[in-house]
Amino acid sequence: MSMSVSRIARAVAAKDLRIELRSRVVSNQVLPFSGLVMIMFAFALDNDDVLQRVAGGLVWLATLFSLFILVQRTFAVETYDGALDSLRVAGVNPQGIFIGKSVALFVQLLVLESVLFIAAIVLYRVNVNGAGAVLLVTCVMCATAGLAFVGTLYGGLTAGARGRETLLPLLLLPVVAPVLICATRATESAFRSSGVTVGEGWPWVAVLAVFAAVFGLGGLLSFGSLIEE
Amino acid sequence: MSANSVINFVDAVAVYNGYPALAGVTLSVTRNEIVLLQGPNGAGKSTLLRACAGLMPVIRGTANVLGYDLTVDRESVRERVGLLGHQNGLFGELTIAENVSFWSTVVGASTQERNAAMERMAIDGKLAGRRVSELSAGQKRRCALACLVVRRAELWLLDEPHAGLDAKGRDEIDRIVKEAAASGATIVVASHEIERAQQLATRTVSLVAGQVRDSQ
Amino acid sequence: MTTEQLKLKGVGTPATRVYGLMALVALGWVLLGGLIFTPEDAVQGDAVRIMYVHVPTAWVAYLAFIVTGVASACWMIGKKHSLGFDRVAGASAEVGVVFMGMTLLSGSLWGRITWGTFWVWDPRLTTTAFMFVTYIGYLAVRGLGGTAQQRARRSSVIALLAVLEIPLVHFSVVMWRSLHQRATVLSPDGDIKMDGLMLFTLLFGVFGFSVLFAWLVSHRQRIMAMQDAQQTSALDVAVSERLNEARA
Repeated sequence: MSMSVSRIARAVAAKDLRIELRSRVVSNQVLPFSGLVMIMFAFALDNDDVLQRVAGGLVWLATLFSLFILVQRTFAVETYDGALDSLRVAGVNPQGIFIGKSVALFVQLLVLESVLFIAAIVLYRVNVNGAGAVLLVTCVMCATAGLAFVGTLYGGLTAGARGRETLLPLLLLPVVAPVLICATRATESAFRSSGVTVGEGWPWVAVLAVFAAVFGLGGLLSFGSLIEE
Repeated sequence: MSANSVINFVDAVAVYNGYPALAGVTLSVTRNEIVLLQGPNGAGKSTLLRACAGLMPVIRGTANVLGYDLTVDRESVRERVGLLGHQNGLFGELTIAENVSFWSTVVGASTQERNAAMERMAIDGKLAGRRVSELSAGQKRRCALACLVVRRAELWLLDEPHAGLDAKGRDEIDRIVKEAAASGATIVVASHEIERAQQLATRTVSLVAGQVRDSQ
Repeated sequence: MTTEQLKLKGVGTPATRVYGLMALVALGWVLLGGLIFTPEDAVQGDAVRIMYVHVPTAWVAYLAFIVTGVASACWMIGKKHSLGFDRVAGASAEVGVVFMGMTLLSGSLWGRITWGTFWVWDPRLTTTAFMFVTYIGYLAVRGLGGTAQQRARRSSVIALLAVLEIPLVHFSVVMWRSLHQRATVLSPDGDIKMDGLMLFTLLFGVFGFSVLFAWLVSHRQRIMAMQDAQQTSALDVAVSERLNEARA
């Protein structure tokens, strides 16, 4: 009776997204929070030129801060009534769970980042067009995939037992550092900040793609072990 | 070990945070039995059920379930075992129908099996469209059982299945259990409801301080 | 290692005494050589002497990282999942974190003396900082509890993920810093002309610190083995107490 990984993944992703649509945690809590973070950056930095130059970095920083909330939320749904335990007991293939939850997290992150980029364009007065837009979209896709895989993986480890949630930032931050570095540089290229050309952004996107591939594969292989008791 | 042996534990020890919740359990359950597990709180009934489901490591002794040696591999046995624990494993923001649908999909049950399970647990019809977070404890329990029923497991492990249900609900549980046993499943029920469960069970096992005291 | 063997002699063995002595001699020489016999650098003066600590500890930090990764892989691949590998991985991580801290401290002081800043975004130093935090996370995961095998399983996965992550971090930082082409010296030891004695002392230091690392790890993992054995004894007591509960 064992189901294929793709069917499990689709069911898990659909379930997570449906729960999000009903509970509206992203739209009602995470988006306002990260929008506020963008505004507070402006208060702290207080200089239009500086803001315009560092806009790329600020968007990705705000994304990372919200990543913790999103990851904890996606696993709170599972641990609230012991659903993750039940999934383990039922012998449901953990790879399917990993892919499903990563896809759902990916979608939520994309929604978040879209709003943040719009906020950056409005608040920090950057703009993007033509080749820059292509670079930006590719960068966002690759970076978000990496973040979704890594968030699901380490989120699975830190879910459940009391006191474990505090471990998530400690484990996750070093791992997402390459994403922050590369995504910011690529975004700055896309915005043509400080005279950087669009062409210079592509090597960074390549690293993001490698990161996503490495942790996608690594996650597939290790998720089962990390959610195990 | 015969093909009929479903659970075979000999002096099994399982620890939780260093505490030996099971201090040396010797238990043998054969196919089609309905075993009642009783004992005071803290005796280790829940731990024993979780150990049989491969959720808890057995670090000493022998622990075989459905032919799998749990001291070596705890994971392969899970597909064939169904556990209903203290929690229901449901998603509060989804409706009953969506919950049962999800579980049916991930375990590979057909639509007919899903509908049949919902009907048997009396959660179809209008009730199916309500969100789990709005339900009573008994209704949630029935939903959880429906999710278990669709799995068609060979070994059912039920931890206090009657808790929170009214008389009608409890009768329904008993009927489901008997039907499952009739179609070949083996059932182990941990319960405080001794009179009702003794009517149901073919055998009673007493668990005290992490060991089997006696078994009738 | 049986409980009986461990009970008798403490954590040293004839072998560890030998290389413990070697480490002591080597480090003694490095101390003398580093502080007294080697010349000062033409540019940096006496500040260059920090190199004799900074470079070897950096080397050992990376060595610890590799040992933890390899030991974790060995645990995972072996059919018996021998806990000895897991203990070596854990001991190596603990000792490694100490050496990583020493690397960061010595690097920071060196930067302060030579350029007046406590921190430079040198790829090696930055990667070491990341390794430091990652291994603190690894040690936190080791402390999550459960049986020894549960701990081993979780830790080995985290260690192997770290093996994937650290090179990615390093590569990203290298790419990043190459953008800021402060041409000349990206790290304090880039510009030093080394004469024979300096090079010898440096290499001897690498050797000495490595032997010290091996000595510390073998002692630490023996202590861990004793702790595990003690846990087993405690469990025996708890089990018999519980058994008596029933008979009472």
